[in-house]
Amino acid sequence: MIYRTAGQFKTTYASDQAIFPIVQDRVVVTLALVAAFVVPPALASEYWLQAVLIPLLVYALAAIGLNLLTGYAGQLSLGTGGFMAVGAYSAFKLSTAFPHLDIVAVFLLAGLVAAGVGLLFGIPSLRIKGFYLAVATLAAQFFLIWLFNKVAWFVNYAPSGTITAPDREVLGVLVTGPNATSGARYVMALAFVAIFGLVAKNLVRGRLGRAWMAIRDRDIAAEIIGIRPLRTKLLAFGISSFYCGVAGAELVFLYLGSAETLAFDVNQSFLVLFMVIIGGLGSILGSFLGAAFIVLVPIFLTNAPHWLGLNMSVALQKHIELMIFGGLIIFFLIVEPHGLARLWQITKEKLRLWPFPH
Amino acid sequence: MSAQLEIRDVSKAFGGVQAVARLSLEVPPGEILSVIGPNGAGKTTLLNMINGFYHPDRGRIALEGADITRHRPSQIAELGVARTFQNIALFKGMTVLDNLMLGRHVHMKSGVLASFAYWGLAQKEEVAHRRRVEDIIDFLKIQDLRRRPTGSLPYGLQKRVELGRALALDPKILLLDEPMGGMNQEEKEDMARFILDVNEEWGTTTILIEHDMGVVMDISDRVTVLDMGQKISSGSPDEVRSDPRVIKAYLGESRRA
Repeated sequence: MIYRTAGQFKTTYASDQAIFPIVQDRVVVTLALVAAFVVPPALASEYWLQAVLIPLLVYALAAIGLNLLTGYAGQLSLGTGGFMAVGAYSAFKLSTAFPHLDIVAVFLLAGLVAAGVGLLFGIPSLRIKGFYLAVATLAAQFFLIWLFNKVAWFVNYAPSGTITAPDREVLGVLVTGPNATSGARYVMALAFVAIFGLVAKNLVRGRLGRAWMAIRDRDIAAEIIGIRPLRTKLLAFGISSFYCGVAGAELVFLYLGSAETLAFDVNQSFLVLFMVIIGGLGSILGSFLGAAFIVLVPIFLTNAPHWLGLNMSVALQKHIELMIFGGLIIFFLIVEPHGLARLWQITKEKLRLWPFPH
Repeated sequence: MSAQLEIRDVSKAFGGVQAVARLSLEVPPGEILSVIGPNGAGKTTLLNMINGFYHPDRGRIALEGADITRHRPSQIAELGVARTFQNIALFKGMTVLDNLMLGRHVHMKSGVLASFAYWGLAQKEEVAHRRRVEDIIDFLKIQDLRRRPTGSLPYGLQKRVELGRALALDPKILLLDEPMGGMNQEEKEDMARFILDVNEEWGTTTILIEHDMGVVMDISDRVTVLDMGQKISSGSPDEVRSDPRVIKAYLGESRRA
């Protein structure tokens, strides 16, 4: 009923290959995007923007990046945190070395640096696969963090070893640094994730995305139809690392304000990997859903006892929170191993027929 | 140079097993050549060498006069050699349409930057190639399966989709490894008809490995018989059928069995 598609005929291949072939989807997504730009900066509290929405957007971008690599191209990576760190430290170096460089350009260049590093660490993927590749990328993670800890040049010789976001403006509005409002930072993060989400969607529905999925599903068959494995895998590593790099820069510049390498340790890699798995491997929408799940559920669990009027010690509450969170992850993986995106797809199929399922 | 594909004195051994020994074969353009032989005769190894999975220990393989002996599979695909597999190598999670579009991969040019934007160059290309893919979908009569994931299709249809993916490459040479293996009579007849139609309509040179002698004798221009990695006979179906060496090595035994 809600998703009634009767009467929607495709008369051109272009319209058949559109991102949202169903009219209702197009309308809803457009409205949601406009609302996302307008409503939260105007209405949401400082807490919601700073502690919920901004990290959600930043992690969504990182999850899209990892999903391109792991979900679409099938290359398991545990180096996400490292690649995010490359983005963050490059953005820091670039913005302090070239104070007049536009902050958007800084983010993009930081992404490019991360892409280069990702390409380098993607080279072993031609020879090693699966879990072994994961271990190789784990080496990237540890090496990069070690490098940023060891070489003081990366933090401009700050004795504290932290990098701090300087004040930078876009169109006359302060978007980074301690004096930027959370609303401005939110809009900045949203703009990036909206544009790059769209770009990712374009990539995966075209020639390159199909080549990635072919390598993932059956690499031998991919080769005999003319897909070059090394080139295709390296592109996946490069583009994925670009996304992670930009997300890493955002993590420091838009969310944390300042950070040290601890913010990019291996836990970060696992966190993003969980988002991708729970959200749905091989789904851009899943990247958003997974990020939302991992960011929102702990916040919800933290506040739940308060809403319910339960009085618990902080330690007990923290433990219960971890237990429920872990339980939920397992529950969702059992109910739908293909992630939240698949659940949504099934719901949509049902809604097309509802309320008359026959 | 009359032969489109020329295999000269090719040998391949795996450890102590001589899979293919000093095999020579010339395939003129437009021919349907069947390669038959008992199990382990080296038929699949031969196909694997033609499309670059294995490189021969000795000898030379030339496509239209150009040496492709040491080329990688993806390069050979770009030169117009497509194949299907004995045990089906479709991309199971992807739809029939995506599988066929992947077959067009070597003909598509849009790079990373064009794909970023999509609207414009990349879209135009997608649509142009979609047309070609739709032709193949019509040809193979799989219109109703476009959006189905290939993994969910019955075996015979998977084989058909795999043929479609190979055809999407617009191949000069089509290598088919047991295209009718495991099919029932009706499916076999359909597949034989497709192979003949492809050959007739596009003049595609076809090399196929097949165990069903009825089909082989019906559709082949020429039959080559391998045994223990060596060519023991080659000629028209009738010639091969009456060749005493063939009967001894292969047909005779299978008749008694």
